[in-house]
Amino acid sequence: MWEALQFDFMRNALLAGVLVSISCGIIGSLVVVNRIVFISGGIAHAAFGGIGLAFFLGFSPSLGASLFAVGVAIIMGAVSFKSKHRADTIIGVLWAIGMALGIILIDLTPGYHVDLMSYLFGSILTVPGSDIWIIIILNMVILLTVIIFYKEFIAMSYDEEFAFIVGIPVKPLYFILLGMTALAVVMTIQVVGLILVIALLTIPPYIAEKYTRSLGGMMVLASILGIFFTLGGLWLSYSYDLTSGATIILVAGVGFFIFQAIGLLKGRGGITR
Amino acid sequence: MTVPAIDMNGVWFSYDRTPILEDVTLTLKQGDFLGIIGPNGGGKTTLLKLLLGVLKPDRGTIKILGEAPHDANHRVGYVPQNTDLNITFPISVMEVALMGRLSRSRIGRRYSRKDRSKVEEALKKAGIWEHRHIPIGRLSGGQRQRVFIARALATDPEILFLDEPTASVDPEFEIDLFDFLRELNKQVTIVTITHDVGVISRNVKSVACVNKSLIYHEEGQITAEMIDMAYQCPVDLIAHGIPHRVLPTHTEK
Repeated sequence: MWEALQFDFMRNALLAGVLVSISCGIIGSLVVVNRIVFISGGIAHAAFGGIGLAFFLGFSPSLGASLFAVGVAIIMGAVSFKSKHRADTIIGVLWAIGMALGIILIDLTPGYHVDLMSYLFGSILTVPGSDIWIIIILNMVILLTVIIFYKEFIAMSYDEEFAFIVGIPVKPLYFILLGMTALAVVMTIQVVGLILVIALLTIPPYIAEKYTRSLGGMMVLASILGIFFTLGGLWLSYSYDLTSGATIILVAGVGFFIFQAIGLLKGRGGITR
Repeated sequence: MTVPAIDMNGVWFSYDRTPILEDVTLTLKQGDFLGIIGPNGGGKTTLLKLLLGVLKPDRGTIKILGEAPHDANHRVGYVPQNTDLNITFPISVMEVALMGRLSRSRIGRRYSRKDRSKVEEALKKAGIWEHRHIPIGRLSGGQRQRVFIARALATDPEILFLDEPTASVDPEFEIDLFDFLRELNKQVTIVTITHDVGVISRNVKSVACVNKSLIYHEEGQITAEMIDMAYQCPVDLIAHGIPHRVLPTHTEK
């Protein structure tokens, strides 16, 4: 493992893994407590439409994915406000259409072979140095936003109605959350791919929630867990020549079941608390 | 004359074309203690949400302390009915109560020393201060209700709205609570929804019965006989009168 660190691509991969784990820990915590896991899955898949569009028109796929993801996030947010009862259906529809659009656009792009797998399952080992800078900036934006609106985010997540009554602009705040989710999702696509984004966004916060007493604590613990899962997965994938994104997720999955089992044992024994 | 605490005029409201409230008019003076009764689905909670500005009326006007409901939000406190919400949420009693100090004008700022001392006072008043560091999900229903009351008090409200505050608590706490509210009523106007007519008779100053339309009884209108009848046949209380009148002095408009 250590000799691998002499490679630029490995250093970039580690850095990307750590940074993405931090933003997934922060945003994932908000996604979990606000129950918008399905929306974030929808954003991740629909973002592929933006990747296809970028190839078709010849600009940066990251930019395409970001624009598309934010756009889709706004639409999904508006839908979930307007027609609450069918929001999940419409999110599912956009999810599928976005993906289909991306694939067709890539089909239509002349003479260009795109490695689909790297978008579906991530390509942490090919993250270029320039993207590391973008990830750092996005991380800072997310961190600052959450720090500034921390108590408002807590109120909205815990008791939306009360937050509205005391005058918190719940709707704009919700859209800010969706926008940040879109950015986090686009970053995470590089690491584990769009199919597996949901896992990195939900597993660490879900475990962390049980061991923390505040939303901030949940975010910190989720970030740390995410870093362990990502680096552990990266090491395993390097050692055994496995697909990195899927390995990271399986490591997280094993963590999920271990903590789940610990929780069950504790609950049954009734020893703790 | 002072501004009325609540001034509703010809308010209509419907959900997806199903009328919930029809032509509701109500004026409540400051310092009153109003109990709202009525059947489930009769529109009690909808009425409260209109007064809080969460819902907007289809027709008619609502003024809270002379302001539009949502502009008066820093002057009212609200205790919701459902205290089980988000029970696994990682949040302490203190943090929940601090939400009462949120306001639009101070978004993005930390809670101040004053906020914390207000919340301390409110938590002590509600008798839950010693549990301030406990996660909210570990409390009993009654304890959580106290936290939500503390949160509402932390706002320093001029009007306190409560939605079935005794729905999820033990009877002992219910008596405590209404003693507490009566005391609080010396400074604060109180509006509470309840299904317990007994509670109303012992505690409130005025009563409104809501079932699509609203009938308001100012001062001392509930008699022992009325309570008796309400207990015997609550459906009748709902129907406002047929076959025998429970609340005999209605002056329906």
